This record gives sequence, structure tokens and C-alpha cells, in this order.
Amino acid sequence: MKIKFSTLLLLMLALMLFLAACGNEDDESQAESEETDTSETEDTEEDSSESEESTEASGESSGDQVLVFARGGDSESLDFGSTTDGESSRVTKQIYESLLDFEKDSFEVKPGLAHDWEVSDDGLTYTFYLEEGVTFHDGTDFNADAVKTNFERWSDPDHEFAFADEGYVYSMYGTMFGGYKGDDGHIIDEINVVNDHEIEFVLKQPLGFFLQNMAMSYFAITSPAALEEHGPAINENPVGTGPFKFVSWSKDDSIILEKFEDYRKEGQPKLDQVIFQVIPDNAARLIALRSGEIDIMDGLNPDDAMTVEQEDGLVLHTRAANNFGYLGLNTQKEPLDDPLVRKAINHAVDRNAIAEALYAGYAQPAVNPVPPGYLGYNDELELYEHNPEKAMELLAEAGYSDGLDIELWTMPVARPYMPDPETVSEIIQNDLAEIGVNATIVREEWAPYLEKTLTGEQQLFMLGWSGTNGDPDYFLSSLLHGSNVGSSNRSFYQNDEVDELLDQAKRAVDQDERADLYKQAQEIIYEDSPMVPLVHSEPVLATSSNVQNYVPHPSTSESLAEVELAQ
Amino acid sequence: MLAYTSRRLLMLVPVLFGMTLITFSIIHLIPGNPAQVILGETATAEAIESLEESMGLNRNYFVQYTAYLGDLLQGDLGTSLRTKASITSEIGPRLAATMELTFFAMLFAIIIGVNAGIISAWKQNSWFDLLAMVFALVGVSMPVFWLALMEQWVFAQELGWLPAHGRQDSRDPIEPITHFYVIDSILHMDMGQLITTLKHLVLPSIALGTIPMAIIARMTRSSMLEVMKSDYVRTVRAKGSGQFLIIYKHALKNSVIPVLTVIGLQFGVLLGGAILTETIFSWPGIGRYVFEAINYRDYPVIQSGILVIAFLFVIINLFVDLLYAFIDPRIKY
Repeated sequence: MKIKFSTLLLLMLALMLFLAACGNEDDESQAESEETDTSETEDTEEDSSESEESTEASGESSGDQVLVFARGGDSESLDFGSTTDGESSRVTKQIYESLLDFEKDSFEVKPGLAHDWEVSDDGLTYTFYLEEGVTFHDGTDFNADAVKTNFERWSDPDHEFAFADEGYVYSMYGTMFGGYKGDDGHIIDEINVVNDHEIEFVLKQPLGFFLQNMAMSYFAITSPAALEEHGPAINENPVGTGPFKFVSWSKDDSIILEKFEDYRKEGQPKLDQVIFQVIPDNAARLIALRSGEIDIMDGLNPDDAMTVEQEDGLVLHTRAANNFGYLGLNTQKEPLDDPLVRKAINHAVDRNAIAEALYAGYAQPAVNPVPPGYLGYNDELELYEHNPEKAMELLAEAGYSDGLDIELWTMPVARPYMPDPETVSEIIQNDLAEIGVNATIVREEWAPYLEKTLTGEQQLFMLGWSGTNGDPDYFLSSLLHGSNVGSSNRSFYQNDEVDELLDQAKRAVDQDERADLYKQAQEIIYEDSPMVPLVHSEPVLATSSNVQNYVPHPSTSESLAEVELAQ
Repeated sequence: MLAYTSRRLLMLVPVLFGMTLITFSIIHLIPGNPAQVILGETATAEAIESLEESMGLNRNYFVQYTAYLGDLLQGDLGTSLRTKASITSEIGPRLAATMELTFFAMLFAIIIGVNAGIISAWKQNSWFDLLAMVFALVGVSMPVFWLALMEQWVFAQELGWLPAHGRQDSRDPIEPITHFYVIDSILHMDMGQLITTLKHLVLPSIALGTIPMAIIARMTRSSMLEVMKSDYVRTVRAKGSGQFLIIYKHALKNSVIPVLTVIGLQFGVLLGGAILTETIFSWPGIGRYVFEAINYRDYPVIQSGILVIAFLFVIINLFVDLLYAFIDPRIKY
């Protein structure tokens, strides 16, 4: 009978092999494409001829400086422009570069692929002077034509590399530059190639944060030759000018990048290989860090931060706040159309308690709907005091001395600005009960939640916003400009004075002038209280102590070019 | 038998067709628009609209369904809305990952489960029987995620014996051929890789295999006890055969049929339902693939993923049915 059992096992093995054979066609084609990839990288190496250390075929590990960066989810695409996914730009930031770049730990603009730039006095013409002698990973030259091709690809759905038929949409471009080619709001009028290393952007009207946009990792430059070669498969075959080049991607598992030997900055990158590893479970990721399987872990639970800080061999990092969670007040629905009621709610919610209870202190109570440190952040305004008596007085003044019933919409998913929405909604519910407001919690699934809050079915609702280009416009205009009602302005807040200030600030080129305008806008918003800003969270992450020069960027995508491992 | 097999295989067609119809209807009944979910809270209305259009979501359901079915008949599982990659190429490696894990989990479950069941029946009411059955009860009721985290904590963090995540050492990856890494490392003739791969399989296999192991143990025990009471076993015993021979030579064969049914079903369940284990052990398998697709309303991936799992389920059960005849010649098809 024992023989029978081994036969059974053998049969199972046979079944596995049979099914493996079924799936083989794709595997073969994949293996083929990998082969071609390898041969290409070899070619480039021959071209460049100065790479001393011949990097082995993709499978082999090369060198000692291998860094494993673990995160919760896989990248959606490695074509940064056609996605808004942070896990994608975290990786593409290593492979690609934009014309400008951000400072290591802030949104201050510094040179990138352009070493210098000029702005005309009317703020309509931007001239960028590009680095010379830069090559893409495929060996082709980086030049002004490449820049133009990339921008046209995003702005024109009919462009040969737009791949609109394959489902490519460049939504971040549309958001940041006011639409696409032919749209009224589209800000870029023309792009002129002056010579190989000089390019000129002519705008229809001034845009206060144009330079910020140019530093975003969503607007990095892809090799036109690679677009030609890979077509829509560019999302799995990225070719840029960045410090690391793409080696392989095993979906839901790992993305392997290796040092680009011809990187334009001398002595960088320090690492030979970077591996982005997916470990979905936060606890499992921490275990992997402790056992040395990984070097950096993103997404530490704030509750674990304290232990990590005291642990030998681990280092705790915090990312500067670049978001805020808020309790939105639909200003066009009773009773929230009354500013007194909105103020009362602002006085009722205890933001300090939320920051402590949920973020273990790694969050700041929010005063303004824009993160601190941003241009024009108004630090003269003070946090609405947690004061139930005052709140009740305001309610009484508004004619609700007997209390009132209200609906509180709770978001169903955790977001970086709101790691535990359920608990936050309970805290808010209790705070409101204290002032006689009886809040009923309403639950919806994520997609319907987002859709219904657009149409204004909600009264109170929870949501948040994360920055991308480091400019206050992206927060204030998106959330509170009257023209965005029915879109991202879910408070349905409309104040012509605020709109006017925001418009002026958007069109001004002088940054001091802009700062001043934003401060004024925040004052009015503070008085009108169309929302209760809750907290700015500071995401925590951990690295092993031999990781050096690692600086988390508020945008969540930081370059690893200067990172190295102590031996 | 051949006629039976081909009849069963032919039945696959309506079964799978029904599956596509059901999954298509169900996923379109869940509220939520994929374009909205993919773009998130910062999306503008225009961005959502243009993404919907480019994904073909503004076409009516009938058109969408027939287009999907048409592609399917040509062997094309479609394109993921989220990653824009071909599902056929995305699903292959993930399926291999899940099957490899399931195979080892079932191997663990069968070897331990069947033998524990046999010994329990043999030594009925002994301390071993008692212990094994309590253990089986605990095994069935143990939350997989808890067991998984405990394993990681003890064997990866505290003892450092076994890796806590993934299928391979990401610093030294395998070059995939079949995407079954055990087979791949053998094909590469790489002993070191083989050992690494097997090490990665240990903890998740145990986590995933514990519940089936417990079920198999209990099933084997009760089935064996029944057979032991039958006349032919009494006859064998009267002839003076030893207990070991009675059990392994005569009784096991007859008691294995219900166990086999359970094994077949469990195999299918694990293939589609390993999401928890796959998540905690960062196993890039098909369960996680479909689960994430549901979160993103990635309709083509959900449809094709469920279809592939259903296909395997049916195939495995057919295989088990054929095994009956092999083990018990009295069964004829």
C-alpha cells in the first residue's frame, strides 16, 4: 500500500508538470524578452566601454552593496506619467530624472536634468539649460528633443507614443497643467527646442508653481528610443537617465534595479543594486527587518515606533508631513450651511486626542488645510480650542439649543493621512455627542464613497489630501476653490473672495507675493470653517542601522543615489 | 473510463461558461467604478471620465461581456485595467507560486494527517488518539494568520532558522523557467537555490496545511474505524495477521476513498483560498492577485482569475474521481 501512496504523489507531481506545461507558452515568451533585455544591456555596456565590472546576466547578484527596500504593495506601472500610484513613483524616481528636482527633505526646487533656468519677466516663458553629455540607459543621448517628445506624449492623446488605445491616460499632467492639448485651461502653449541643450516652454498665462511641477517625478524624461521600441510595454521596460537601471520585475514580489555605471553624477550611485520587495503585512515586514532580510521598511505602525526607536540595530525615521486628514462639512446642506454650526463643530472636535490616540504622537493637530512648512502656511492662526461649552453657545446662537441630528460619513479604507478611520469617526461621534449633536455613522464602500461625496449627498464626511508638487495651490484650490465644486471640493465651499485670492496666487510668479495671498485666503477659510482640519500625519519608517544617508522625502519618493550600506 | 473522462471534460465548457456569466454579473453588481478607485480621492471628474472611456467602461454590459467572451475563446484572458499588462502573462507566475505552495502544504497535510489518523484509529482511545484529536481540533480552529505570525516570530525572528517572506532570497533571485521554483532550481542544477527555495516553503506550507491536515486526520480516523469493524478485517485478523499488516495492507485501501474526496476538495480550496497565507508570507500567488483586483475593481482580472481557479478546481476533482477507480477496482465509470 505504501507503494500506492507514492504513486499518488507521483500522479500529483505529474499534474503539476502538466499544468506547468500549459502555462509554458507565456513563460517562454517572457524568458525570451528577458533574454533580449539582457543582450541589450550588454550592448550598452560595450558601447560605454568604460564599465570595468561587467555586470552579469540579470539573475546574478553583483557586488556587495545590495539594498532591499520593503513596502506594502507592488508598483502599478513603471510608466510614471500614466499612474498616480505612489508605489510606482517610488521606484521610477530611481530610474528616471526630471528637468528639476526637489531638495532631499523638502519641496525646495533644485537643478535636475536642467542645470539652469530662466523665467521671463511676464512669467510666460521658461527657458531650461540642459545638462550635456547625459545618456539614457539604452545609450541614446538625452537632449531637448527628448524633453519635447515626452511633454507632447502626455499632452496630446493622438501622439504616436500616447498609447491612448491601450488605456494610457496622463491624469497627473491634466491636473498639474490645466488639461490637455486643445483644452481651454491647458497652460502650455508651445514648446520650442532652441538647440540640443536649450528648451523653451511658452505658457498661455503665468503659473506660480510651474517650476515645482517640473521637479515632480511624474514629469520625468523617458528615452524616446525606448518608447519607439517598447511601445505600450514601456510600463514594464523603463529606460531613463537616473542613477539605477531596470533589471527585472517579478510582479507582487520584487523589482530589481542595478547601478547605472554612466550616471551623470560622479561617484553616484553608491549602491550596486536596489531591490524593492513587496511584503504586504506590516508585522511581517518588521520581522523581516529584524531578521536582516531587508534593510528599509516603509509603513511602520505608529504603535511600533517606540520599540523600534529603542532597539539596537534599527533606526526610526519620520517623513515630514505632506498631507492632512479632515472632517468635511458640506456647506450647502442644512444645518452646515450656517457658519455658526460649522464653528461649533470646529470647537467640539478634540484634534489633540486624535493625534495621540491614532498616530502615537506622530502627527500634528491641523490648523490650516495645507501642511506646515508649505509656502504661505499661515502660522498666525491658532488651533480652534477644544471647548464644548463654547461650541454649545454657538449652536444655541444658531438656533439649535436642543441639539440636532446629523450624518457622519466614514471612509472605509485606511489612507496615510487616516490610518484608522473607524476609530477617528468614533472619537468625533463622542465629541459631537458632548455638545448635543447626535451623529449617525454612515458607511459606504470606497468607490461609491468617493462618487457620492462628489454629488453632495453627505453632511459630515471624512477624507484627506496628500501633496505631490509641494505647492499650496494643490491643497487650497483643489479642496476649496469654487470651480472645483462637483470635483475635488467636496465641502461645496464657495467664496468669491477666496476664489479671487487663489486665482491671483496661482498666476503670480513672485513667491513672496504668492505666500501673502495664500495667507489671506487661509484667514478667510479659517473664519468660514468649511472643514475641520484634523491632523497632519508624519509617516514613520525604519531602517537597519547600517543604512546611511537615507533621507525620507515628504513626497514619499526619495532618490537612493547617495544611500550606502556600512559594512 | 475514456468516455467518462471526455464526458467530464466536455462538461467543463458549460461550467466555465456559467462561471463567466456569474462572475461578470456579480462584479458589476458591486457598486464602485474602477476609474474612481484607481485614481483615488485626488482625481478630477475629467480624469475619471477619460480613464473610463479609455478602459471601455462606458460601453454597455452586453457589449463588454461579449467582447470579453470573444477574447476568451481565442485564449486571451484580457488586459488588466490597473497595470495594463496582459493577464495571461501576469497570471502564469502567480498560479505557479500558488500551486507550488499548495502542493507542499498538501504534502505536509497528507503525510501527517493520514498517518496521525491511522495511528489514532489503531490505538483508539489511547493517549495518542486523544492528543492527536485534540490537536486536530485545535488545528481546524486555529486562525491561519495567527499561526503564521507565530511561526514567523519564532522561526524567523527569534531563532533565525527560516526566512519569513517570499519564495526566494531577493538578493539572489532565481531565473524563472517554469516559475515552479523547486523545479527551476533543479533544472538549473543549483543545489543552493533548491535548499533556499525549500526553506522558503516550510513556514507557509505548514501555515496553509494545518487546517487540511486536521480535517484529513479526523476523516482518516473515522473512516478507518468503520472499516476496522467490517467482516473482512475480522477474517484477516482471524487468520492471525499482525495489526500493522491489517491496517496498512487491508484496511487502508478501503478507508482511503472518503479521505481522497476530502483531499481533492481541500486541494481546490487551498488554490483559491490561500489569501491570508499569501499575504502574511508575501507569497506572490493568485489569491492575492484576485483579492487586490477586487479592491481595485479590476474587472478583467477578477473574471479571469476566478475562471482559472474554477478550472483547476474542476480538473482536480475529476482527477480525484479517476483515482477512485484506480484505488478501488470495483468502481467503474
